[in-house]
Amino acid sequence: MAPEPLLRADNVSRQFPQRGGMFARRAWLRAVNGVSLSVAPGETVAIVGESGSGKSTLGRMLLGLLAPSSGSVSFRGEALGGLRGAAWRRFRREVQVVFQDTGASLNPRRSIGDSVAVPLRWNLGLGRAEATRRAAALLDQVGLPAGQFLGRLPHTLSGGQRQRVGIARALASDPSVVVADEPVSALDVSVRAQVLRLMRQSQAQRGLAYVFITHDLGVVRAIADRVVVMRGGKVVEAGSVDAVLANPQHEYTRALLAASGAPVAEASRR
Amino acid sequence: MSAVLQVRGLSVALANGTRLVDDVSLDVGAGEIVGLVGESGSGKSMTAYAALGLFPTPHARIAGGAILLDGRDLARLTPAEWREVRGARIGMVFQDPSSFLDPLLPVGRQVAEALAAHGESRGAQARVAALLAQVELPDGVAARYPHELSGGQKQRVLIAAALAMRPRLLIADEPTTALDVSVQAGILTLLQRLRDEMGLAVLLITHDLGVIERTCARVYVMYAGQIVESGNTAALFAAPRHPYTQGLMASLLSPAVRPTTLFSIPGTVPPAADMPAGCRFHPRCPLALPDPCAARPPELTGEVRCWRAEEPATAKAWAAHGA
Repeated sequence: MAPEPLLRADNVSRQFPQRGGMFARRAWLRAVNGVSLSVAPGETVAIVGESGSGKSTLGRMLLGLLAPSSGSVSFRGEALGGLRGAAWRRFRREVQVVFQDTGASLNPRRSIGDSVAVPLRWNLGLGRAEATRRAAALLDQVGLPAGQFLGRLPHTLSGGQRQRVGIARALASDPSVVVADEPVSALDVSVRAQVLRLMRQSQAQRGLAYVFITHDLGVVRAIADRVVVMRGGKVVEAGSVDAVLANPQHEYTRALLAASGAPVAEASRR
Repeated sequence: MSAVLQVRGLSVALANGTRLVDDVSLDVGAGEIVGLVGESGSGKSMTAYAALGLFPTPHARIAGGAILLDGRDLARLTPAEWREVRGARIGMVFQDPSSFLDPLLPVGRQVAEALAAHGESRGAQARVAALLAQVELPDGVAARYPHELSGGQKQRVLIAAALAMRPRLLIADEPTTALDVSVQAGILTLLQRLRDEMGLAVLLITHDLGVIERTCARVYVMYAGQIVESGNTAALFAAPRHPYTQGLMASLLSPAVRPTTLFSIPGTVPPAADMPAGCRFHPRCPLALPDPCAARPPELTGEVRCWRAEEPATAKAWAAHGA
């Protein structure tokens, strides 16, 4: 039996005005078109698709950063549109995000210790000293020894290190769901595995759920339990990762799989 | 096969003496796609910039070695001579096609500029049409603006511009990295076709071993500014000898297999200003010995730069590390 979903999208759509000036009739782009999805505690759901498939727009709706044009997103059974005050702040704390390029979402003039301490102070209401102590512990946990990294500025870190800061900052609020939009796409292969391992560990320790948005089916296989394949704003296939990747039903999934087939990887595991 | 590009003992250094590329030698023959693979900071793009005489910072310069294009040493060219070679004898394509196209000009005009820059404006319109057809773009694309084209189409426009003067050598630096996987395949197939039809020599720079395997006959693996292994692609991937190459391959994720452990090479690439003594990979290597690995730098012998390459245990360097 399935556990109660934490985060759930019911038949959500989102359209954007595409072109048209003051007098022209508006053309609408349906970025997401009638998608339903649920995320249970502790599981990893991957959303895959190519650019323009609507996967990031769906991610933004799950985060409450974008309101659906129709349908609804709910968190612990309550529609996001109806959340106010303390309930909204709780959603904001419990559902965190990691972006592809954490460098761009870190304040360049703020030390990474402070960047991780901010959500501790605002979301958890900790005092300055306690927040710094916890930030240091989090940096240790993501493999950035606090003694060495607490006072560093973002530009002195490598891409993989910045991505760890992004994860530490997301974990700081003690979330139940982390939406990660292409968190490892910009990283070198050897660093990518380190970041994925860190995400797996934090999941095991905290019972976190992940929504993992990616175009890389190798990453999906390594980290996700379920996968949702999107194309043109719609879900074309969904199911357990093992079932979908071993026996894809939709031709688009098959094409994605053929295009991303990594024979080198298979050879290296023999 | 005659080598179109011969790089011999190339070193690139910053003004303060830091070596970004150290003693790199490589060949690219006519009608051949050769891969140069490495992680960020390995010096692979710097090697390409040296071959193009285009460093991203004025502090970088060629500190030694030769770059021979059909036997002519490019390292000694004056800026004016470089302008004749670059774009005419050597074409180039980069990662992000959008940043190389002017958003305010139709793309056909931009391909024509590649001809005009070398004084070949006559009959440009017909030649542009032929070039765009050669890269498999539909009729009418010449009149379109960059924002009307997809990422893959923009990359094709840039390939057309790179080929306008029928260069002998094309340097492609991560040409498919910013593109969707299904679009990537089309661009790689196009490069292979151009290689065959024009006898083009292609130096393909990428961090993606899958791209290398799919397109390159031969491959050079770079680490920390040096070539650490090279050879025939199929043979090298079937039996990589350098522990770094083996580690890179073990880090790959396949959609077909769920890995029980997620392998990664411990540590990070050393900064160019602070290279370890001895073998540059020894701080991360499972087989490193105090002597010779940490003491003396290994030479590139028999296509691999490793003191312990001949030992049987080196074939499975990471066996005890979950790879």
